[in-house]
Amino acid sequence: MATLRGDVGGLELENPVMLAAGILGTTGASLRRAALAGAGAVVTKSIGIEPRDGHPGPGIVHLGVGLLNAMGLPNPSYREFQEEIDIGRTGGSPVVASIFGSSPEEFVEVAGGLDADAFELNLSCPHAQGYGAEIGCHPGDVEEITRAVVREKSVPVWVKLTPNVADIVALGLSAERGGATAVVAINTIKAMAIDVESGYPILGNRVGGLSGPAIKPVAVRCVYDLHSALSIPVIGVGGISCWQDAVEMIMAGASGVQVGSALSGGLDILKSISNGISRYLDRKGMALADLSGLAGRQR
Amino acid sequence: MRPSPVRIVEIIEETSTVKTIRFDSARLDPLPGQYMMVWIRGVDEIPMSFSGPSEMTVAAVGEATRALFRLRPGDGLGLRGPYGNGFSLIGDRILLIGGGVGAAPLAFLGDVARHKGIEVTSLMGFRCSEDIIFKRRFERLGELILTTDDGSSGIPGRVSLGLERLDPDRFSQIYICGPELMMWDVIERWKDHAGKMQASVNRHFKCGIGICGSCCMDPTGIRVCQEGPVIPAVQLLEGEFGRYRRGPSGSRGPPRG
Repeated sequence: MATLRGDVGGLELENPVMLAAGILGTTGASLRRAALAGAGAVVTKSIGIEPRDGHPGPGIVHLGVGLLNAMGLPNPSYREFQEEIDIGRTGGSPVVASIFGSSPEEFVEVAGGLDADAFELNLSCPHAQGYGAEIGCHPGDVEEITRAVVREKSVPVWVKLTPNVADIVALGLSAERGGATAVVAINTIKAMAIDVESGYPILGNRVGGLSGPAIKPVAVRCVYDLHSALSIPVIGVGGISCWQDAVEMIMAGASGVQVGSALSGGLDILKSISNGISRYLDRKGMALADLSGLAGRQR
Repeated sequence: MRPSPVRIVEIIEETSTVKTIRFDSARLDPLPGQYMMVWIRGVDEIPMSFSGPSEMTVAAVGEATRALFRLRPGDGLGLRGPYGNGFSLIGDRILLIGGGVGAAPLAFLGDVARHKGIEVTSLMGFRCSEDIIFKRRFERLGELILTTDDGSSGIPGRVSLGLERLDPDRFSQIYICGPELMMWDVIERWKDHAGKMQASVNRHFKCGIGICGSCCMDPTGIRVCQEGPVIPAVQLLEGEFGRYRRGPSGSRGPPRG
């Protein structure tokens, strides 16, 4: 079978199919499990300065077209998380620490307190006050925070972008100017669901972010636009639930992909996607590098 | 799935701190040991196991369960589920071991087992005689051994003291539900029989669909909300069970009870 080994965002991965942030990433054991199930890299739940319990429930609701969630960045704080990263690493795949903060100083404190194979800056969570997309929709803040973490750490720094802006490319360019190794696109799309029996918004936080199949075309477009404008790699995430979705995202310009919501069908999906990509490459007589950004070259 | 709207049809006060809430949905069709995510609109969503096909038995322990306690017949709830793996009935002579409100899913299991002609023995522990629930329900199923911590009813002391009255070899399968340290105590004492024990495990569930990771247990990363909550006891011997548990933030803390 065609090799999928290669560089993704400054990490040498066995395959480019990763576990996305926020999915099975709270414990080292579940990160290891995802790695053993075939993830080329695993991204942790977003980690911050202080422990947070998250929003009241419901935190997730399955809407058929995708998942709507507002977990509220629950995490035990970086002070309690190194052991989980270390256990996660025993799965044999790089562990990427997703981190969040409300300022460059907080990001630097969290990054400085953790040893991981790479960092993914959560500048895109759409439902936590003072964090994520509230900062990440300002290009200047994205650049400043990226630069601060890059200065602090010697490992790759990825910046996860929010699609809830008029121009995601402007954010990507800011991350690039700040020295990011790669950008990750996209986080969830702001969304809402209401219980028609009672009129109550279903999420405990009332509003949240949509993931899953419904957002894949949006993600493909964002990746395509970012890949066209940036010189750093783009990692694609958003609604990937089969190998065809992954191939499409890579053709749009992604050098690797992350899988999240599709894990609700079980961890086997990780291997099934990477095997599918391999078989596709065999059938086409292509290498992974031939696929990346193919859509931009076909005209 | 979105939470399905149900209406409360009956509330039974089992004790001063435990109520059984019956709702009108017959479509859920749960297996004993499965659970549902119960949405108390405007408050929170919490996992609850079934104490019957369309009922749950609740102890008021936190904000959400206290809010459940304030509801009246006619009030509405949103339910997702049933979720997870329930108890699997094996053989023709079973033992139910419960502690406190953990008796609830076991009573449901006992009803189903009895209906299938399975012989049911129950060992149930409570803090005191006022806390006892489902006494007559368990007596109708077969032999019932009761323990109370304060000695006000049955054998004085912990549930595990009741084990001395029982021969584990008599039973084809043993089902446990209750405070974690009680379950741990039972499993430890009857470790040689762990191969035929099933325990209902409580962890912090948020999503109920096996993706958020808040309920994952060490060392394997098993997703209790989906691959549990009923877990074979042999899988609980080495790891966090009985030693620690993670709270809503993911921080480790002592096991409950």
